[in-house]
Amino acid sequence: MNKPAVYPLAMRVMHWLMAALVLSLVFAGLTMVKSLGPWQQQLLAWHKAMGLLAMLAILVRLYLRLRSDTPKLPDSVPKMQQIAAKLTQLGFYILLVVMPLSGYLMQNAAGRPLELFGLPLPSLLNTDLALYGLFREIHGWAALLLVLLIVVHIIAALYHGLIKRDGVFSSMLRR
Amino acid sequence: MRYVIFAAAAGAVVAAAIYAVSFSGRAPVSAQDFVNLQQGSRLQAGFRRAHAKGFCISGEFQSSGALAAYSSAQVLQSGSYPFIGRISIAGNNPSAPDLKAPVRSLALTILPDSPQQWRTAMNTPPVLAVATPEKFYQQLLAIQNSTVPEFFAAHPEAQNFINWRNSYQPSQSFATERYHSINAFYLINAQGQQQAVRWAALPLTDDVGQITDAEATDALQQEFLSRLQQGPVRFDLQFTLATANDNPADATIPWPDTNPQLIAGTIVIEQASLQDAGACNAINFDPLVLPAGFAPSDDPILRARAAAYAESHRRRAREVLMQQVTGGANE
Repeated sequence: MNKPAVYPLAMRVMHWLMAALVLSLVFAGLTMVKSLGPWQQQLLAWHKAMGLLAMLAILVRLYLRLRSDTPKLPDSVPKMQQIAAKLTQLGFYILLVVMPLSGYLMQNAAGRPLELFGLPLPSLLNTDLALYGLFREIHGWAALLLVLLIVVHIIAALYHGLIKRDGVFSSMLRR
Repeated sequence: MRYVIFAAAAGAVVAAAIYAVSFSGRAPVSAQDFVNLQQGSRLQAGFRRAHAKGFCISGEFQSSGALAAYSSAQVLQSGSYPFIGRISIAGNNPSAPDLKAPVRSLALTILPDSPQQWRTAMNTPPVLAVATPEKFYQQLLAIQNSTVPEFFAAHPEAQNFINWRNSYQPSQSFATERYHSINAFYLINAQGQQQAVRWAALPLTDDVGQITDAEATDALQQEFLSRLQQGPVRFDLQFTLATANDNPADATIPWPDTNPQLIAGTIVIEQASLQDAGACNAINFDPLVLPAGFAPSDDPILRARAAAYAESHRRRAREVLMQQVTGGANE
């Protein structure tokens, strides 16, 4: 079967928009849990709103991924690296669902109201300390895992783009 | 050449990740530093890092509607609104003697589980000794190192706090204390007009209370529970409006008695329960959980309170989760 050389336009656009969104969310999150700065609340409100947006975006992205024909890695890429690439992709999709979901549920378990542009959102959980602990820890540790995956992903992409020049990098870039 | 570029870019990515995970937001004092200092060397797993000892209360807030012109918040419109709350004493020890604590607190979540909920955590001091989180951290360090006189000497803004402390007589009951919002907030009405305010819970009883056993660690808790058996405990919730002379961002300066004051309503405490079993234990009384019609002031301490409370909440929630997981495995 013939595979395309580049990802469909919709997937490329979603990839880069979400890259910017997720990076900002991760940086904001890691900063705001430590800072006592006066802008911390602003950042928190922004993180929640953008996190809800990311929750919708990942649904669109999953839909696109499942219905699109995507390029496969060139045969020159060793088998182990092919498997690693697949696992990284899978890890991204899982984490990008887990992150906003755990964020939403930890707010529910803390009894904190959530809203999106002034519209109150339903609470799915009772206020509960252990449940808050569960989702708060998932949210925190999944974020660290996500940072690790992003680092691996960027370095691998740069490796293909700068050293190998085998078309893997441009499959997410070319017009 | 491209190897050099690759190495530089990869290095930059790794450095950015390490910075984000470890250092961003740390300086000069982080929420973790604060909570580390508050929890001290003896960890009390599952308890709040500050105000560890307390009990749950519930009842209703009977709003007079006197502040309705200043705020669109539902809790300030005339009506009755249920609350969950907590009465506590300062410190990190959940079994500390009630009568030894320097500070007592009343915290409320009015309209819990609603998008309109309002959380407030009020303390007996009306002002703080210092105005920034960094100095507050230094004050906690001074308390730990027994160098408070030197700290106060170096911080003249602490004078109002010192005056309060020297005049303060701890009462014989939680029901007869005055509890202050300390920090200022804004009320916002339907026209979008802002008014800076502080508030305080003022006791509505003449019964000074009777401590049956002054040696008992739970003396005040016992007094309150037996008082409740006679009937509800009431407080007026009084709002003080700022004038052009008051700085809402500075919690070290009391506002003049001549400022306009309005009674927003009555806090009616009807029930109390031990905190392990009570609904208040799961709640972080974050003073920045505010409904529409309220907004935080620019007081930097207020922002820092929210961040430090959140870290304390995370830690005790993790401990309670682990206790449940390991407890379940042992059964």
